[in-house]
Amino acid sequence: MNSFKKNLLKKRYNAERRFQWYGKIAIGLALTFLAVFMFQIFSKGYSAFQKTWIVTEVHYDKELLLIDAESPSKDDLENADYYDVAYKAMTSLDPGLPEEEDRQLIQMVSYKYETEVKDLLLKNPDYLGKIVPIKLTASDDVDQVHKGNYPRDIPEKNRRVNDYQLQIYDMLNERGDILSEFNISFFTSPDSREAELAGIASSFMGTVFSILVCLAFSFPIAVLAAIYLEEFAPKNKFTDFIEVNINNLAAVPSIVFGLLGLGVLLAVFNLPRSTPLVGGITLSLMTLPTIIIAARASLKAVPPSIREAALAMGASNMQTTMHHTVPLSMPGTLSGTIIGLAQALGETAPLILIGMVAFVNTIPGTPVDPAASLPVQIYIWSESAERGFVEKVSACIMVLLAFLILMNLAAQIVRHKFEKKWS
Amino acid sequence: MSKIKAENVNVYYGSKQALFDVSIDIAEKEVTALIGPSGCGKSTFLRCLNRMNDVIEICRVEGSIKMDNLELNSRKLDVVRLRENVGMVFQKPNPFPKTIYENVAYGPTIHGIAQSKEEMDQIVETSLKKAALWNEVKDRLDEIGTGLSGGQQQRLCIARAISVSPEVILMDEPCSALDPIATAQIEELIDDLKKEVTIVIVTHSMSQAARVSQKTGFFHLGKLIEFGPTDKIFKNPDNQQTQDYITGRFG
Repeated sequence: MNSFKKNLLKKRYNAERRFQWYGKIAIGLALTFLAVFMFQIFSKGYSAFQKTWIVTEVHYDKELLLIDAESPSKDDLENADYYDVAYKAMTSLDPGLPEEEDRQLIQMVSYKYETEVKDLLLKNPDYLGKIVPIKLTASDDVDQVHKGNYPRDIPEKNRRVNDYQLQIYDMLNERGDILSEFNISFFTSPDSREAELAGIASSFMGTVFSILVCLAFSFPIAVLAAIYLEEFAPKNKFTDFIEVNINNLAAVPSIVFGLLGLGVLLAVFNLPRSTPLVGGITLSLMTLPTIIIAARASLKAVPPSIREAALAMGASNMQTTMHHTVPLSMPGTLSGTIIGLAQALGETAPLILIGMVAFVNTIPGTPVDPAASLPVQIYIWSESAERGFVEKVSACIMVLLAFLILMNLAAQIVRHKFEKKWS
Repeated sequence: MSKIKAENVNVYYGSKQALFDVSIDIAEKEVTALIGPSGCGKSTFLRCLNRMNDVIEICRVEGSIKMDNLELNSRKLDVVRLRENVGMVFQKPNPFPKTIYENVAYGPTIHGIAQSKEEMDQIVETSLKKAALWNEVKDRLDEIGTGLSGGQQQRLCIARAISVSPEVILMDEPCSALDPIATAQIEELIDDLKKEVTIVIVTHSMSQAARVSQKTGFFHLGKLIEFGPTDKIFKNPDNQQTQDYITGRFG
C-alpha cells in the first residue's frame, strides 16, 4: 500500500472516531442535564413526603368541653366546645407563659389543631375525662425548622419563627415530642392556603378526570378521522389541504387552544367553569392531531399485501379496514394515543385560561366539579411565598413525572406486546 | 369451453398505457399460463380478471372481459360477488396474522357460506386437504398462520382462496418466493385443482409454465404476442419473439 492510500485510510478512521466522540459527548451532556434536574427536584422535594407532628397532652375535661350528660352520646361529643381543651393542650407546653403571649405557642401548630383534638375524641369516646397524648400537625414553619430547611441564624425580626418558638421546639425535640412520619395527607388532602395541610388529592383527581375526558373525546374522533383519511378518502388537493392543516394543528401553541376553550366552551356553550370536563375537551383539541398522525402512520405501516389478501377474498373496503387494517394498526395507534395524553397531562397554559387555576379545597367526585390539575397545582404553589410550598412544588413535580413515566411505559408495553411482526 | 373471454383490453396507468388490445380466451378447468419478461403486463392483465386494479386509483381499464357472459369491466358489476367467484393467490404469501383456522374461515364467514360451526369446521378441513396442508397443520389450527414456513404459508393462501369454492383461481407468480421442494408441492396442487377450477397463472419460470399449463400466452411490452396450446408455444411457436424468449435469447 502506498503512503497516500495509507494516509487516506488513517484519515477515514480518525474521522469516524471523532464522530463517535461527538455523539458520546452529546449523550453525556444530555444525561448530565437530566441528572442535575432530577437531583434538584429530588433533593428539594423528598422532604415533602415527611410530615412533622408535635406531641402534647390533652385533657378531655367534661367541664371545659361543656358536656353535661353523664354518658354523652355521639351528638354530644360532636357539639361539644373544644376551643378551651385544645387551647390548654398547647399552652400546657409552657405553663409559665403570660396569657397575652399564648399566640406564640398556638402558631406552632396548624390552624386546624382544634379539629384534630375533636377528631381524636370522636374516634376514641372513652378518652373523655382522661389526659391522653395527642399528635398535632406542626405549622409549616416548625415543619421547615425540623427538616432543616429554615436558617436559624438570620436576625429574629426577619424570621417567621421567633427565638421563643425555637426554644420550645428544641425542648420538644429533646424530649422526643417532635415526630416525623410519612405524609399521608399530602396524597389525601385537597389544596390549602397552609403549606402543612396542602395536598394533591384535588389536583390529582382533576388530572385523572381531565385525561379521561380528553381520551373519551379525542380518541374516537381521531381514529375515525385517521381511518377515513387513510383508507377511504380520495387523494386530491382537498385531502392534501386537510392533511397539511392537521399537521399545522399539532404545532399550534397550547395557549391558543385555551383561548378557544374559553371563547367557545365557556362563553358559547356555558359549560361549568374550572372543571375537568372543559379542561379535558380543551386538551383533546391538542391531542387530536397527535393521535390522528400516529393512527395514520400505523395504518400506513400495515402491509398492502394484507389489504390485497382481504379484498381478493371478496371483503368490502369496510370489511378489509375493520377486520384487518384497523386491528393491526391498533398497537401503534394506542401507543400514539398514550403519548398524546402524556403531553396533555403536562399542559398548563390552556387549563389556566379555562379557570382550572382556581383555588380548590374540595376533592372533585365527577368531571363537572371544580378541580385543579397537577401542572397547574405546581404553578399555584410555586407562586406562594411560604417556605413550606417550595418542597411541595418539587414533590408535586415528582408525582407528575411518575405519572408521565408510567404512561410512557404503558405506551412501550402496548407497542412491544401487541405489535405484529412482519417477517 | 371458454370460461373467460377478453376482447381488446387496454389498460392505462395515468397516461401510460400498460396493455394494448389484449384478446384472449381462457378455457374452463384448464391451467392457462401467462409468461413474458418483467413489466410486460401479464400481472396487470391477471388483476383485470378480479378487478384488483380498482385499488389503484390512476388505473383505467378499457375493453370487454366476459366471464360466462357476465361483463366484468362494468361499473355495475358487484366486485364482492366477482371476487367470491374468482380467487387470487399472490406472489408473496400473505396469510392474515390470525390463526390458521381463521385464515381459511374468513372467506366463508364474510360470504355467509357456512350455517353452523360444524359446517365451518368441515369447510376448513376440506380446503386445507385440497391445499395438501391438512396433515401438517391439523393439530395446530389455532396457531398463527404467519408462523408457518414459506411454502406452507402459500398453501394456506391457496386453501383460503378455495374455501369459498371459486370457479376461477388467479395465481400471480405463486412460487417465486419458494424453494424448489415447496414449488413442486404447489405445482402438484395446481394439477389437482384444475379438475374443479379454472386456473390462470402468471409465472417467470418457463419450465413451470411448461409443466403445469395446457395453454400459454406470451406477453411482451403490453401486447399478447402469441397464445396457444403450451406444447405448441414451447416446441413450435409461430412468432420469432416468442421463440427468442423461450430459448432464453432475451428477457
